[in-house]
Amino acid sequence: MSEMIVVRDLVKNYGDFCAVSHISFTVQEGAIFGFLGPNGAGKTTTIKMLTTVLEPTSGTLRVNGHDPVHEQKKVRRSFGIVFQDPSLDDELTAFENMDLHGALYGIPRGERARRAQALLELVGLAERQKDFVKQYSGGMKRRLEVARALLHQPRILFLDEPTIGLDPQTRNHIWGYIQTLSKEHGVTVFFTTHYMEEADRVAGDVAVIDHGKIVAQGTPAVLKQQTNTPTLEDAFIALTGHGIRDEEATSADRMRRMAAVWRGRRR
Amino acid sequence: MRAIYILCLRQLKRYVRSPARIVGSLGQPIVFLLALGFGLGSVFRRAGAGNYFNFVTPGIIAMGIMFTAVFSGIEIIWDRQFGFLEETLVAPVSRLQIVLGRVLGGAIVAMLQGAAVFAVCLVFGFRFASWLLLPVAIVFMFLISLLFTSIGTAIGSVLQDMQGFPLVMNFLVMPLFFFSDALFPMKGVPKVLEAALRLNPVTYGVDGLRGALSHSFAFSVITDLAVLVVLSSILLSIGSYLFSKIQL
Repeated sequence: MSEMIVVRDLVKNYGDFCAVSHISFTVQEGAIFGFLGPNGAGKTTTIKMLTTVLEPTSGTLRVNGHDPVHEQKKVRRSFGIVFQDPSLDDELTAFENMDLHGALYGIPRGERARRAQALLELVGLAERQKDFVKQYSGGMKRRLEVARALLHQPRILFLDEPTIGLDPQTRNHIWGYIQTLSKEHGVTVFFTTHYMEEADRVAGDVAVIDHGKIVAQGTPAVLKQQTNTPTLEDAFIALTGHGIRDEEATSADRMRRMAAVWRGRRR
Repeated sequence: MRAIYILCLRQLKRYVRSPARIVGSLGQPIVFLLALGFGLGSVFRRAGAGNYFNFVTPGIIAMGIMFTAVFSGIEIIWDRQFGFLEETLVAPVSRLQIVLGRVLGGAIVAMLQGAAVFAVCLVFGFRFASWLLLPVAIVFMFLISLLFTSIGTAIGSVLQDMQGFPLVMNFLVMPLFFFSDALFPMKGVPKVLEAALRLNPVTYGVDGLRGALSHSFAFSVITDLAVLVVLSSILLSIGSYLFSKIQL
C-alpha cells in the first residue's frame, strides 16, 4: 500500500487571514478518508490546493506521488472530483457533459462513448442521457457528477459534500458506488461532509479541522473514545464546540439566488 | 487540439439551442437599422453623401457582433458562478487551450450573430456593390468578433460577478460603438472627434467591412487588416494571460 495523498505542514493565508494553518495528514491507497469540519473551517480550501486550482502559501503536497504546484498535469490525471457546488453545463445533455469531460481528458471518441454509457448505467441515468441537464433533479445531477468524475478512471476521487441536499435513497446509492470503487478498484476516496453518521459509516479514517487547524485525527471509533462520546456527531461537537459558524456568502451564492428567482419568475 | 475543439463546439451548441437569445440580440441592431437607416436617409442624400442605409449597414453588423462577442467572453463569469469553469480548470489541459477554445467558440458565435444581422439588412434593402468581396467581409467580421471576445474574456477573467457588466457595456462597448465610423462618416467631423475615431479599433473594423461590402474604404484594406490583426493578437494575449491567473 502506498501513500496516495500526503499533506505536510500546509498553510494558506489570504492576506492576514489564515484559512489553513500547518495541517498534516496522509491517506493510504484505497482508503476512504473523511475530512470533517464546521463551515469555513478550511475544508474546501484544502481540496482546492490538492486539486491544483489554488496555490498553497507554504507546505508540501503529494497527490499520487506528484506535486500539485509543479506537476499539475500529472496530478490532474490522477484524480476525479465532485465539487461542493454543481459544475455541470445545464444547457448540454447528460451524455454531452460526459463526452466533453472525456475529450478534455484526452480519451479517444469511441472509448469515451463506451465508458460514458457504462457509467451512466451504473448511476441509473442511461435512459435519460439525452435529456438536458437543466431538466434533472438535484439528485440526478449529483449522480451524473459522480459518473463524470470517474470517466477518466482516476486513482483518487475527491468529493466535497457530495450528498448535501439529497434524499436518503440517493445518498445511500452514492455511498454504495463509492464503497464499491474503493473495495473493488482500489480507488482512494477523500470526502468532506456535514453528515456525521455518513462519515461514521463509510470512512476508515477521519480528520477534524477547525479554524484551519486539525484538532483530531483517527478512526471514528478512536475519536469517540478520545472524547468519551457515543456518536461521531457528539465527538465532533465536543471537538469543535457549540458555536454556530457564519460563513460569508460569496458572490456565487448571491448569483445563484438571483438565478433561482429569475427561473421562478419565468415558470 | 481536442480540448479547443470540444470547448468551441460547446459554445456553438449553447448558441444554436437558445433561439430566444439569437432573436433577442437581433432586436437592438434592428431598431438602429430601421430608425437611423430610414430616418436619416433623406438628410444624408440631400447632403450628397449617397445611400445612408447602405452606409450604415456595416456599422449595424459590427454592432451586432460587438455586443454578442463581449457577452460571449464575459460568460466566463457565469461559468465561474455556476461551477462549470472549475470542471475545465482541473482537467489536464493547459489554460491556454481552454481560453483559445472559449475565445474561438465565442468569436464564431458572434460572427453567426453578425451574419444574422446581415441577413436582416439584406431583407430591408441593403444592396452589395459586388458579391466578390464577401470573403473579405467575412474576414473582417471574424476579426471584430475575435477582438471583442478577447476583450470580454479579459474582463470576465478579472470581474467576480455580473454586477460590473452594465459598467462594461455602458462605459466601454457603447462608447467604442458610437465614437467610431459606424453611424456617420469620418470626413468633416470636429478634429477631437476625428482623433477619437482614429484611435478606435471599431473604426477600422467597420471601415474594412464597409469597404468590402460597398467598395468605399476610408483607410486602405491593408491598414484596416493590420490594425485589427495586431490589436486582436494583443488583446487575445492579455485575455489569455488574465485567464491563466484565475484562482478559484
